[in-house]
Amino acid sequence: MSRPSLTTACAAMLRRDLTLAWRRRGDIAMPVLYALIVTMLFPFALGPEDTLLQRIAGGVVLVTVLLAMLLALDAMFASDIEDGSLEQLVLAPQPLALMLGMKILAHWLTIALPLIVISPLMAALLHLPAPVIPVLLLALLLATPLLSLLGAVLVALTVGTRRSGMLLALMLLPLCVPAVIFAAGAVAAAQQGLPWLAPISWLGAALVLAVVLAPLACAAALRIALDS
Amino acid sequence: MANWIPLWLHRLSSPPTFYRFAGTLQPWAMTLALLLGAIALYGGLVLAPADYQQGDAYRIIFIHVPSAWMSMFIYAVMGVASFIALVWRIKLAEVVAMESAPIGAAFTFITLVTGSLWGKPMWGTWWTWDARLTSELVLLFLFLGVIGLYRAFEDRRQGARAAAFLAIIGIINVPIVHFSVNWWNTLHQGSTVNVFGQSKMSWDMLWPLLTMTLATKFYYAASLFRRARTDLLALEGGKDWVRQIAQDEDAR
Amino acid sequence: MNAVQSFLAMGGYAAYVWPAYAVFFIVLIADTIAPRLRRQRLLRELRARFARQSARQPRAGNGSSPTPPAAIDGQ
Repeated sequence: MSRPSLTTACAAMLRRDLTLAWRRRGDIAMPVLYALIVTMLFPFALGPEDTLLQRIAGGVVLVTVLLAMLLALDAMFASDIEDGSLEQLVLAPQPLALMLGMKILAHWLTIALPLIVISPLMAALLHLPAPVIPVLLLALLLATPLLSLLGAVLVALTVGTRRSGMLLALMLLPLCVPAVIFAAGAVAAAQQGLPWLAPISWLGAALVLAVVLAPLACAAALRIALDS
Repeated sequence: MANWIPLWLHRLSSPPTFYRFAGTLQPWAMTLALLLGAIALYGGLVLAPADYQQGDAYRIIFIHVPSAWMSMFIYAVMGVASFIALVWRIKLAEVVAMESAPIGAAFTFITLVTGSLWGKPMWGTWWTWDARLTSELVLLFLFLGVIGLYRAFEDRRQGARAAAFLAIIGIINVPIVHFSVNWWNTLHQGSTVNVFGQSKMSWDMLWPLLTMTLATKFYYAASLFRRARTDLLALEGGKDWVRQIAQDEDAR
Repeated sequence: MNAVQSFLAMGGYAAYVWPAYAVFFIVLIADTIAPRLRRQRLLRELRARFARQSARQPRAGNGSSPTPPAAIDGQ
């Protein structure tokens, strides 16, 4: 049997993860429902005044998406650890970092993309002005891959532990302060009619850096966590 | 050239040698820390004059600023030890990195609390979302994350390596957090806080501060030695030298 | 007496200065005591374990040989 080329391997990896996710469609809906319900709670907690809700809308949507992703992050490698396919992946001749990058991409497509699709609805529930919504979408498109990549490294570190949910939050949330600041900063600037390109550019720069470094770090972390 | 330095370091990194080495240095470090600390406290609380703007409230500086320096210094030590632990897999480096984390968390906590107690009379608020304060808070969470990850593993050495990796990720992240909060502050035009005033400190105030900084350094060394010795005993639990120590301690 | 009182008053900032110093000392004392207690507990456990081992192997004698099994290393 000849060794499959790198692109074939990547495509196979991506197809496998997407198929697995598609067979459990109910799980994809959960983060979306969670985000909608959390968004719904804010008007009840703060009162239905339009001005107040408009002011907090961008930040609430961003933080809600972040928390929904955090909830789903734990499961990124869980099933692969259980059936042992992650160890096979570590032993495979293809570079581990690339394969993990594909896994992260699949995770982002199944978890973050539905959240981004639903985010205009969340923003509309909080009366975010319509012209700001494209900026919010752009900020989410750049910030969510960043969170997926950063989260994947930390999930890989906790793979060997028994219960990692709260620990993951403790580790991830301080690290994603910059992503939240720039994404929310772009939305706030757009809302005030200020130029919003600068924070978006910073997010883009961080994303480029993370796309290069995070899969490598993820592979190293996984090797540490599985090595024993 | 200096061939004996790597040789000496190599020998020192063997657990029984380091155990004895730390055991002899630890009381001296603690004595120096207490002595310098007492001198600094006398100089800072009694000899130094009151500040013409802040009155006596500025005296919190003598513990606040050394603690803040220590929190960053300990994080740096932890990062370097983590790097050594991951690259060369030296057991002692893992121990130093993991036992530094609780001390660092303690100093970070002190910095936050004393800063808050200082901020209330000076700025009229316990907390402000200033870049320096926020970075310090993130630093505390990073220390706690490292401790939490270390404890989450069944196997201690594996936990130490995973937590060391987290410490290195954190070292990259702290400057980014600092920068982003600075940017955020200019956007929101928050209260500009200037801790150190405008003028240079007078010598009367500076020498207790520097003495206290030295005292905290020695305290860190003493505490690290004590913690590392205990940890080495636990890690090497089945070995002969540990058995010898356990029996000797029993005899006393 | 008056000097001591004015020293304790800290120019009206006593409510901030002294709690700050108290936190400093309490945290550091806790940091000093905790490893000491851990060390004592650990040594007790180690002695108990060695006693069990030498009870199981009466010929082992004064404890320097034989090496205990590696399985208990990680504890």
